[in-house]
Amino acid sequence: MANLPTPFERFVQGILPENPVYRQFLGLCPTLAVTNGLKPALTMALAVGFVLLCANVIISLIRNLLKPHLRIVIFTLTIATFVTIVDRMLAAYMYQMSKTLGPYIPLIIVNCIIICRCEVCASRQSVTTAAADAVGQSLGFGLALVSIAFVREILGTGMLAGYQVLPDAWPDWVIMVLPPGAFLTFGLLMALVNWIGTVRSGKT
Amino acid sequence: MALATPSGIENRSAWLRDNPLFQAWLVLMLAIVFGTCLAAVHVNLSGRIAENKLNESLERIPGLIWNEGEGGTSVDILSGRIAVKQKERTLYYPVFQVMDEGKPAGWVIKAAGQGYAGSIELLLGLNPAGDTIRGLFILEQSETPGLGNKITFPDWLNQFAGQETVEPLRVVKGGQTTPGAIDAITGATISSKGVVGIVNRAVSETKGHLTPGQIEFSERLQ
Repeated sequence: MANLPTPFERFVQGILPENPVYRQFLGLCPTLAVTNGLKPALTMALAVGFVLLCANVIISLIRNLLKPHLRIVIFTLTIATFVTIVDRMLAAYMYQMSKTLGPYIPLIIVNCIIICRCEVCASRQSVTTAAADAVGQSLGFGLALVSIAFVREILGTGMLAGYQVLPDAWPDWVIMVLPPGAFLTFGLLMALVNWIGTVRSGKT
Repeated sequence: MALATPSGIENRSAWLRDNPLFQAWLVLMLAIVFGTCLAAVHVNLSGRIAENKLNESLERIPGLIWNEGEGGTSVDILSGRIAVKQKERTLYYPVFQVMDEGKPAGWVIKAAGQGYAGSIELLLGLNPAGDTIRGLFILEQSETPGLGNKITFPDWLNQFAGQETVEPLRVVKGGQTTPGAIDAITGATISSKGVVGIVNRAVSETKGHLTPGQIEFSERLQ
């Protein structure tokens, strides 16, 4: 088990160097589907963060009991349990949000970010590392979702989290809140992130 | 006695090790633990979730009976269900009787059926006699965004208000506005037909049942 990243490294890597969306291209379904507003994007990021943290901690606790050919079953079982809890919680306490997010909350079960972190980190490293990894990756995922939602909501409706921020004269670019807008924004932001990466690595 | 020999014990533990059920002990245990947790969550939250759903319907009811800006002075909503006996089974329609100052103001029926991409659930507002539609609201749908989900737009739903239910409603194309005709949404004829079908079925199946005597009232609301 030599040379595995420390908790701090795991935490930092998740935010930008190994950002789940911009670097690993994982969890793109919610990234494209629920980023038409800041509020659903934040809720989704929090839901994924909660599930990721719980799943990582549990998997890390039982990592020495895992059998190689049964590990994926156990990952899925753990993830599905916490996703169901989040789904019921949203339906009970944030009913409108739960209707807005619709099927994308149950779909967290098949979100590759979580199963990937269970496999790469939690099933090999200590609880502290797994928890730090989960927080880092969740922040990275949240950052990606919020950045896309910010651009889409402000250009598509002139609002941010439901509050008017652009003058009324702004012609709402409706396409930005429709599915094509998700691809456009994601592509452009991805290009920006890559460009920044190239510039920085060129200078050092 | 063969089991007592060392090789017997070895065979037995090897059998145990290779047994798929024994290998899966962790999966089985976790399934039981997680299942219990989920059951606890469900027991604690299901009442609240059902209440949220009911409240959502209740909030919509006045808008299905009165036009915007109008409304009753002292509205009372009675909730219950209608049992519709069919050949082999009994169907239940949740209904709300809306009263204003003690007089019947209308009925709201909750009905569901198949749309294009999934099931559609709607609330249908009728006048006290049950022969004219007062309003329609889509509670749940999963139609194609940009096409089929226009069934939730007031512009389209307003066509239903004022339609008589003596004859089933028809779906037409091309913007005709004769009585009994509902203009289909361009590019979403199946979704439009789905909604009209649900309305027609709800009307015909509840016909004759919309009297207080036929309703199993559950509780008094508001």
